Amino acid sequence: MERHFEHDLEELKRRILWMGSLVERAVHQAVHAVLDAEEPLAEAVLSEEDAINEMQIEIDERVQRLLALQAPMAVDLRFLLAVSRINGDLERIGDQAVNIAHSAMRVLRHPQVKPYVDLPRMSELAEGMVRDSLNALVRGDQDLAQSVLQRDDQVDRLRDQLFRELLTYMMENSSVVFSAFELVMVAKNLERIGDHATNIAEDVIYFVAGRDVRHPALDRR
Amino acid sequence: MASAAQGNDPTAARITPKVEKVESSEHSATASKKDAPVRFQISHLNFFYGPKQAVFDVNLSIPAKKVTALIGPSGCGKSTFLRTLNRMNETIRHSRVVGDIRLDGQDILQMDVVALRRRVGMVFQRPNPFPKSIYDNVAYGLRINGYKGRLDDLVEHSLRRAALWEEVKDYLHKSAFALSGGQQQRLCIARALAVDPEVLLLDEPCSALDPVTTAKIEELMFHLKDSCTMAIVTHNMQQAARASDFTAFMLDGKLIEHSETSKLFTTPHDPRTEAYITGRFG
Repeated sequence: MERHFEHDLEELKRRILWMGSLVERAVHQAVHAVLDAEEPLAEAVLSEEDAINEMQIEIDERVQRLLALQAPMAVDLRFLLAVSRINGDLERIGDQAVNIAHSAMRVLRHPQVKPYVDLPRMSELAEGMVRDSLNALVRGDQDLAQSVLQRDDQVDRLRDQLFRELLTYMMENSSVVFSAFELVMVAKNLERIGDHATNIAEDVIYFVAGRDVRHPALDRR
Repeated sequence: MASAAQGNDPTAARITPKVEKVESSEHSATASKKDAPVRFQISHLNFFYGPKQAVFDVNLSIPAKKVTALIGPSGCGKSTFLRTLNRMNETIRHSRVVGDIRLDGQDILQMDVVALRRRVGMVFQRPNPFPKSIYDNVAYGLRINGYKGRLDDLVEHSLRRAALWEEVKDYLHKSAFALSGGQQQRLCIARALAVDPEVLLLDEPCSALDPVTTAKIEELMFHLKDSCTMAIVTHNMQQAARASDFTAFMLDGKLIEHSETSKLFTTPHDPRTEAYITGRFG
């Protein structure tokens, strides 16, 4: 007989994944508003922000209720703690998507600074990290979560590369400073999205294996 | 005899079980004790009710001045195991102990049982006060042990340690049966504490008590740790989590896992422990 509590845990998992899908879509639309010069995509991201925030509150309430009423132990406790933290990270990713959408709207008022090469790669990487960290949560797959952690350095390298390149453009032509600065902000936000995906992957490892890998020097198990 | 239930009655009738010794060169312990001195060291313990084996090759160390909780489904042998620690099982005909149990390095199976139960007291699921006054319940163990000091002082001290003094100080000569269930249980704890045991064994002491009284007894256990080692059998996982420092999980008479309570309830190693504490079986 399936316990009521397990049904509640499954429902919570469905809700966090639903929130994850909203956030993934927001990131994708925000970046493509820049890459494809599609302002309506940026507007769509802004209009979804409230839905993501409401999901955050709803998931927090579900977690609080299950902690208080079910007094969970072991894997159930770790799952709830992980979901609580992942919830915060997803909401922050939603905020980064909104920041990118705002940057997109400002960038689109100006001519394109340069052909976009690294930005799509960076976006693909960061979006992939978010997607795989959530897939790792669904499957309880710590290997997949571990692979997300390993990809964070690539995102950081692309950000540094983009910064250097955009700085060169700004130094050569002051008229592109405004747009180039916005692109720097987009790259910065994508890099932060990679960091949040990393946090999610770390929480998945905690949930699955009970290991806290947030600070490798302090990894005690 | 009622006092036998308290575990410190030198007059308790008993049937001496057959005791078999095993040579044990190592005392395995799975829990990290962080150098806490060991009060009880149990090695290769097996227990039989006639032909039926109830405890299988248990190795466990119980650290001094800590609370060790024993959890597991009904019939898993945890109460039987607890009762071997002050040889209460000896009152059961045809019972048999095989293994090694040491209290501060001393083989309890070779000790005088009266002396052992003076050092290792016991509190049971149902409060079992004697049909005497509150005062006499506490003084009983002292009197039969020939205590020569001021009884009044020690009765008060024991009742204070059991967090009962303020509630009963004006009614000391009333019958213990006039007390509520929770008060009776604390009286039984005071009675056990009166002879100043080094170890207190608690067999589901709160199962018949309301949450407020349960909290009082858990608080009491916390304070008693200054002077006393405790082992508690409980079906209440939250109580084990709240009140103990170490937890041992038993299943089908075997010790499955033993570790620090905070670890066992967050990251148990054995899938059977996880299944039990998350309520997926048992």
